[in-house]
Amino acid sequence: MSFGILAAPLLGGITSIVMSAVVWSGTAQFAALSILTSGGGMALAAGAALLANTRFLPMGFAIAPSMTGGPLRRFFTGAVLADASFVIGHRGGGRFDISALAWAAPVQYVAWVGGTVVGVTGASAIGDPSRWGLDVFFPVFYLSLLLPELFPEHAPGNRRPIIVAVLAAVITLVLTPIAPPGVPVLVAAAAALIGLWAPRQSAGPSNIGGDA
Amino acid sequence: MRTWILIIVLAAGTVLLKTIGPVLAGGRQPPAPLTRVIALVAPAVISALIVTGTFTAGRHLVIDARAAGLAVGAIALWLRVPAVLAMIMAAIVCALLRFAV
Repeated sequence: MSFGILAAPLLGGITSIVMSAVVWSGTAQFAALSILTSGGGMALAAGAALLANTRFLPMGFAIAPSMTGGPLRRFFTGAVLADASFVIGHRGGGRFDISALAWAAPVQYVAWVGGTVVGVTGASAIGDPSRWGLDVFFPVFYLSLLLPELFPEHAPGNRRPIIVAVLAAVITLVLTPIAPPGVPVLVAAAAALIGLWAPRQSAGPSNIGGDA
Repeated sequence: MRTWILIIVLAAGTVLLKTIGPVLAGGRQPPAPLTRVIALVAPAVISALIVTGTFTAGRHLVIDARAAGLAVGAIALWLRVPAVLAMIMAAIVCALLRFAV
């Protein structure tokens, strides 16, 4: 919705809606929009937007082992990957419920494109959604899904998710003022690389839990 | 016209980034070190998204009503309040602060 409100004056209403329908990535669209608004060219806008979306590369590799079916089916499932569905589909310990992930997609798609239409058409009537505190919905929602990650019931002694989450938060805070939008999240994902070192005391990888 | 080229480039590039992993590595169990890394990607990305959604405005770091909302939401979640209720409580606190200031 906020994208529609912000993009309509610059790109035109129809173009803004088509952009949401075809690109379907808030981070990329906002990144491109902020470059265009600040006077940057199209190439710079495209570069910033795609850089913002490079986080989907490790996310795609994260969901891949949980997938079944041929390359074509995996292609289409991967194509509807989004931040929220990645979080919704995660079942702890690196396993993903691919059907939950895929079914979350149409809901988000309709909400995103519909929100843009509402933003473009009724911008002045609704006012700013952040006036109603709606912008805090996503962080709290993400937090509700992060907490079970930090304190996994099947591996109580595992401190690594906490270390990684704190590290990722610090990286994001440090990089936000100096890096283009989207880059901090990408670099923060690299905090997961501490998993390359074998755990010290536990017998075998902690993510082979056994509970359903 | 150039706007349409931008849209096509963004759409194609985004789909490419999302599908490389699933197409190349689908259905196979990767070696143990990679499995441990993959298990930690979600906490890292989610944590970064929380920070981005709460403490940033463009490229600036800010502490505003969203931080208070997130704190209320965090306490509610810690007390095992359902997520939807915690989100609504956070939004109410956030909105009230904005009206007050």
